[in-house]
Amino acid sequence: MSMIIDRRLNDRNKNATNRQRFIKRYKEQLRRSVADIVADRSITDMSRGGEVGIPVKDISEPRFRIGRGGDREMVHPGNKEFNTGDMIAKPKSGGGGGSGSGGEGQGEDGQDNFMFTLSKEEFMNLFFDDLELPRLARTVLGDSQQFTYRRAGYTPSGVPANLSVPRSVKNAMARRIALTAPLKRELEELKTSGADVAEIDALEKRIARIPFLDEYDLRFRHRVKEPKPISRAVMFCLMDVSASMSEKKKDLAKRFYTLLYLFLSRKYEKVELVFIRHTSNAEEVDEHAFFHDPQTGGTVVMSALDLMIEIQRERYSPNEWNIYAAQVSDGDAFGSDPQRSAMRLSKDILPWCKYFAYVEVPDSPSTITPLAAAYSQIRNETFAMSTVMDRSDVYPVLRELFHKESA
Amino acid sequence: MTTVKRKKTILSHGGDWDFELLQRYDKEISAIAKEYGLDTYPNQIEVIASEQMLDAYASVGLPISYSHWSYGKEFIQNEEAYRRGMRGLAYELVINSDPCIAYLMEDNSLPMQALVIAHACYGHNSFFKGNYLFKQWTSADAIVDYMVFARKYIFDCEQRYGEQRVEETIDACHALMDHGVDRFHRPSPLSAEDELQRQHEREEHAWTQYDDIWRTLPQKTVDKAGAKKKKRTFPPEPQENLLYFVEKYSPTLEPWQREIVRIVRKLAQYFYPQGLTKVMNEGWATFWHYTLLNTMYDRGLVDDGFMFEILQSHTNVVMQPGFDHPGYSGINPYALGFAMMRDIRRICEEPDDEDRAWFPDIVDKDWREVLDFAMRNYKDESFIAQYLSPKLIREFHLFAIADKHKEDHLTVEAIHNEAGYREVRRLLSKQYNRDVLIPDIQILRYEHMGDRSLVLRYNQLRERPLTDDAKEVLKHLSRLWGFTVTMEVFEEGRGVVDKVEVSPA
Repeated sequence: MSMIIDRRLNDRNKNATNRQRFIKRYKEQLRRSVADIVADRSITDMSRGGEVGIPVKDISEPRFRIGRGGDREMVHPGNKEFNTGDMIAKPKSGGGGGSGSGGEGQGEDGQDNFMFTLSKEEFMNLFFDDLELPRLARTVLGDSQQFTYRRAGYTPSGVPANLSVPRSVKNAMARRIALTAPLKRELEELKTSGADVAEIDALEKRIARIPFLDEYDLRFRHRVKEPKPISRAVMFCLMDVSASMSEKKKDLAKRFYTLLYLFLSRKYEKVELVFIRHTSNAEEVDEHAFFHDPQTGGTVVMSALDLMIEIQRERYSPNEWNIYAAQVSDGDAFGSDPQRSAMRLSKDILPWCKYFAYVEVPDSPSTITPLAAAYSQIRNETFAMSTVMDRSDVYPVLRELFHKESA
Repeated sequence: MTTVKRKKTILSHGGDWDFELLQRYDKEISAIAKEYGLDTYPNQIEVIASEQMLDAYASVGLPISYSHWSYGKEFIQNEEAYRRGMRGLAYELVINSDPCIAYLMEDNSLPMQALVIAHACYGHNSFFKGNYLFKQWTSADAIVDYMVFARKYIFDCEQRYGEQRVEETIDACHALMDHGVDRFHRPSPLSAEDELQRQHEREEHAWTQYDDIWRTLPQKTVDKAGAKKKKRTFPPEPQENLLYFVEKYSPTLEPWQREIVRIVRKLAQYFYPQGLTKVMNEGWATFWHYTLLNTMYDRGLVDDGFMFEILQSHTNVVMQPGFDHPGYSGINPYALGFAMMRDIRRICEEPDDEDRAWFPDIVDKDWREVLDFAMRNYKDESFIAQYLSPKLIREFHLFAIADKHKEDHLTVEAIHNEAGYREVRRLLSKQYNRDVLIPDIQILRYEHMGDRSLVLRYNQLRERPLTDDAKEVLKHLSRLWGFTVTMEVFEEGRGVVDKVEVSPA
């Protein structure tokens, strides 16, 4: 007799570990793929999985195999016109006829890349690895929704730690009263009527048997998960796009913006992005133009700050919006521009801005640029600045922000 | 269909199944299988979802296995192909164990479930139980327990010695897996408990016997002539089980690494018969699902709709595209095996003059006995050499082609005619010889008194070289061995033609 077993409810993800091992082993190759994706994906679109590829030759498992060459015979089906002794031109290598017997001809032909899809978590992890993001920040970003716990009365089941003693005792008391009242009344009647002692005894015992505390008296404090209050934020991305900003610097900038965006999109239900690029004058553009259109010209930082203020006044009232801003520049500024910009920033922007991060991507880390010199005068805890030479430098700029928010 | 006796009632209509129906179908199929004399292990039929089928694929069909990235790769590959719709899932997966575990996918319709039950639980199952290779080389009753042991052991090793080192060892073993099989003597039966016990004893023994003082003893100085006389090559005979040799004699492996080598070796041993009996095994199972389900139909247990669905999928399975077809990828073992099994039955029941000339031993015999004998005592190579009939060679339009590297064209050696039958059959049978698929590589010398290097020999046949992968495999081997590994390419009549040397990094 056969046994038929329903295993459908068993664990479905038996291979999760093996998959993890695979991804871990080919992290380097995957990182390259992820970097490509980051480059051509929009900031708002970053937090989903993606298709990545690994060169097939990297992941092949070597075995001793007999290769092409030498002499051999093969038997094939489907002969139509050949007769013994016929000669046939050798097929170009890779043809179906060359691979000997019964074997599966797969693997050799077709794709050069082993393509597969990373889940959202796997993708984000590789992305964060690149930025050397610490664990804590990851959990802040990784949670797709944050909740707060709110009290919601009492519940008859729960963990001992949540037991509400007063509530439970109160219930027990009520139950005891309710259950014993009719018995006591009866007892009273028996006593007054002078009934049999045994009967009175039995009744008294019965009353004593009613438990002091019973399971259904227990009440536990109940807490419900509630999504955090929804709100909206706007994020201003300011970038110097003068000729000295190379592709690599823009790539760093993009990662910086992405990180801030991810952070904000976890925290706020709706995040709008405003892209302001500037050379000697500023303009608002869409994301593609922001990152990819080459521009030439001088550098006037002030113009971008002015435009930001203008846009904020028009569209984003601080009462309704949480305003964040991130500025990236190589630090070159001339004449009185840096000083005036720093003044404008601390006087006219920081008062209504929740956080303003400035990232500098200079050509060499040692020089102090005019803009950095001016900005470093600003004393305000909503303002952060840092020099970024490498991807791993990006996160520390936002460390304060993350720290504050995840605490 | 022969005389239809519709005395029983039809079991069910339509494609929906439930557990009660599965039980009833299994009962009927089992009864018919018994009538035909199929001897099987008890069945354990497990209903699973499609994701679970993907999981089962990845760990080479075993219900449990140790963790390794290559299984992850396999899993991702299958998952991607499945999700893009490039490949459907196999209908069935059956494990050579006692009880015999077979998986049914929940998405399949009732006729498909019945097909899988007949195919896997009675076809494959009886093959596992009866075929001499499986009997000799696998311990069906112990494999699942052994894998539980292996998984636990490797997990513990990872905790103790680090994932990285364990992974490196397994990688190296996997590369040599095809060369970890004892082909000529029966391995000791598996038992997870004994295994654990033995493993402890081996480790214990190594520890207790260790005494550093032996190292400090002065070497006996023997005069040179005497030394030469005494010097024997080791091993005395070439060894083809590379993994076994590594496990026993590697100068550098730690005890836990030897144990891992052993685990992979046992796994290779377990899968060894499956590679040698693809055509027979699939042919046998296909023949039996076809026969059992047709019998059900003849007895009026299933309706026409049921049979149509069965026949449609059966036809897909046994399709053999010609060599010039875009979908051609060699000879389909299901097609060839099924055709041969049916052909044997035909030769027994309705032989013609040709059959009488070719198969005097089996004409007019009871087909069940003849098939049973073939199933028990052959592997693909000998099965084809023995039973491929001229009629099938004609039906498949088989032809043999010679490919000589010195000539710039291929020559047709033989086709399906009177002069060619035997040659086609001989060559096709040779195609299923393991040595054609897996190169003959043996351990020639271990310089255990010298630099501890290992010398392998590839016995090259007809100038067929190894692929470039060979060097990578040698690197893995030298990593396990700990010292230099050399491989000679030896060809009969030409001597050593090439040499590859790899030292551990």
